[in-house]
Amino acid sequence: MTKSRPDGLTIIPTDQPPTCASRLVDDFTPDLIDVGEHHLCPGCGEPIAIRSMVEAVSELELVQLTIAVFGIGCYTAFSNNLDVEVLQALHGRAPSLATGVKRAKPNTIVFTVQGDGDMVNEGLQEVIHAAARGENITCFMVNNGVFGETGGHMTATTVIGQRTKNTLDGRDAEQHGHPIRLANLLAEVDGAAYVARGAVNNAGNVARTKRMILDAFETQRAGRGFSFVEILTMCPTGWFIETQEAPAYLADNLGAVHQVGVLKS
Amino acid sequence: MLTRGTVVIDVEACKGCDLCIDACPPRVLVMTTDEHNTRGYRYPELLPGCTGCRACAQICPDFCFQVYKYDTPIEVA
Amino acid sequence: MSTTTAPPARLLEGSEAIAEAMIAAGCRFFAGYPMTPFTEVLEAMAAKLPDVGGVCMNAESELEAVGMAWGAAATGTLAATGSTGQGLSLMQESLAEITLARLPLVVLNMARAQGDYFQATRGGGHGDYRHVVLAPIDVPEAVHLVQLAFHLTWRWRNPVLVFGDYYLAHTTQSVAVDAVDFGERVPADWTLDGSTGGSGRARLISPLGDAKRADRVGYNLAEHYRTCAAHTDEMVAGIEPMAEVRDTDDADVVVIAFGTPARYVRAAVKQLRADGAKVGYVRPITLFPFPTDAVARATANARRVAVYENNQGQMVDDVRLAVLGRAPVQFIGGLSLDSAGFGIAPDLDVAVLRARIEEVLGA
Repeated sequence: MTKSRPDGLTIIPTDQPPTCASRLVDDFTPDLIDVGEHHLCPGCGEPIAIRSMVEAVSELELVQLTIAVFGIGCYTAFSNNLDVEVLQALHGRAPSLATGVKRAKPNTIVFTVQGDGDMVNEGLQEVIHAAARGENITCFMVNNGVFGETGGHMTATTVIGQRTKNTLDGRDAEQHGHPIRLANLLAEVDGAAYVARGAVNNAGNVARTKRMILDAFETQRAGRGFSFVEILTMCPTGWFIETQEAPAYLADNLGAVHQVGVLKS
Repeated sequence: MLTRGTVVIDVEACKGCDLCIDACPPRVLVMTTDEHNTRGYRYPELLPGCTGCRACAQICPDFCFQVYKYDTPIEVA
Repeated sequence: MSTTTAPPARLLEGSEAIAEAMIAAGCRFFAGYPMTPFTEVLEAMAAKLPDVGGVCMNAESELEAVGMAWGAAATGTLAATGSTGQGLSLMQESLAEITLARLPLVVLNMARAQGDYFQATRGGGHGDYRHVVLAPIDVPEAVHLVQLAFHLTWRWRNPVLVFGDYYLAHTTQSVAVDAVDFGERVPADWTLDGSTGGSGRARLISPLGDAKRADRVGYNLAEHYRTCAAHTDEMVAGIEPMAEVRDTDDADVVVIAFGTPARYVRAAVKQLRADGAKVGYVRPITLFPFPTDAVARATANARRVAVYENNQGQMVDDVRLAVLGRAPVQFIGGLSLDSAGFGIAPDLDVAVLRARIEEVLGA
């Protein structure tokens, strides 16, 4: 059953399911993602976040009621790749489209998927207005502190000291201003009923973030108002580091400023 | 080594990011050294001691893992 | 087309009549941001839409207004938005992309003068796209054209713009808001309501299309843009351009104008005819597709063509293309604004316009 590697380690074959009595607890690509292969970078945190979102839709049995509104960023790779109805928006504009969908079809569950560049740069007013209106939608922000798709420039959430394409010596407050902690900002808005920030840099955080996503959907289902989950994701390419260093980088840099936790519930 | 579960790894889907290595609580995943898949990436291999906890599946951005939990833990030499 | 109801005529301000016409056409979602002279349309929709189970959103910005209308349109709800020229400038990226997403949407421009002709007919957004543009001359025609707009936008899955103005918005006329019957609406197989989720073929509405690349991931934009171009051609071929044409068979001079100013031009032409001058008149009603053939036919025997519009000369370009050098085309329009920049007076005066036409006749 086992094999020996050239370096002496004993390994177990992993090309076949086990023959002894067992149960399957995780099965490659989630059902609601059509094609598991994507061209996002090795070590990218966004697919992990998207996986949690669609798993939550399945677990809550919402798949035939759900419409996802996508912004523009690396994650847009999933907008034509989900077995969930999708409305593609422009950079920054998903909250207003989501509002139109929800107001026209109040019985649907509507959520947005946007990056930090999309939501906090281009579309800051849209998400704040939707929160203030208590719009019964759920907005998800995948936050990696860079404009990933266009090559890794600074966004409104980039932290002080972070190296990006246009802050190669590290973001400097005097030259480049300060990061915006969006979840904290939204928690202050009356109308926002559930605001949380999670991360996907380790399995524990993935599980905790999944709980936040479920709670956000429950908030919408109960009609309690605007729900928001910010999800810190790894971007080794945009951070100029090795993939295996990204989880620690996330915790030490982004996570120190954009702190995980439930901010309002 | 008491082993409570196992995985099937889609080696061709792997992009060699190494996230699963550190994510695995019993540390039973190791990357290949000289072998790589057809796209040129190294990929993980499994040591005895898997607990079927799914951490690897949860952290993998490329959905490479299928995870099984044994009905009864088995001894693997 | 036949009328299905015959309500009595009432004195209605243009904005209110337009709102009622939208509702008669089946519009059940409207979003807007206040801006003169569009604001009263938003007010009227806010008052009337909830009574028919519709939704009117006072959006926090024009960008959010067009975004909300986009989302509602994606669900198959007949949706509209609007503003004046400046507000529409803000909406241009979204309008271009809504067209690429092949969504129905009616857009109102309650313009301040006629300087938005290029914005409306060429589109102020990026890329290759066309919007159908309808320009009413008065409140009763607006009631009809607004309903036609909803019919066309749904039929062709392409935004339709109604080009109004300050006068149209704020003139009170006697009008019956008859619901026009355009026949059965084409059934839609593209609308979103969540129900195709999990089926293996969940619907997608995207300005990037839904064609995939050969590797099954990623969008194939080249294929999508080609598909959109084919649809645009089909739409243009399928819409009969409209124009009002009078007294052009023996006309020495043909005068061309659109929208509210055309009422005054028409009156001046009628006066001159009554006094024996051989003057004709063409009023494009579809600014896109422009009634090129109608203008060409109407001006075929003219010695001169005169174009009046309240701007620096925009529709005159389309007239020149239609006339194609057969006769000189003279621009007799210009900026006629009050100090707030609104296109009212001094040109909107039959005597002033008559004098300008007489100059062309005498030339």
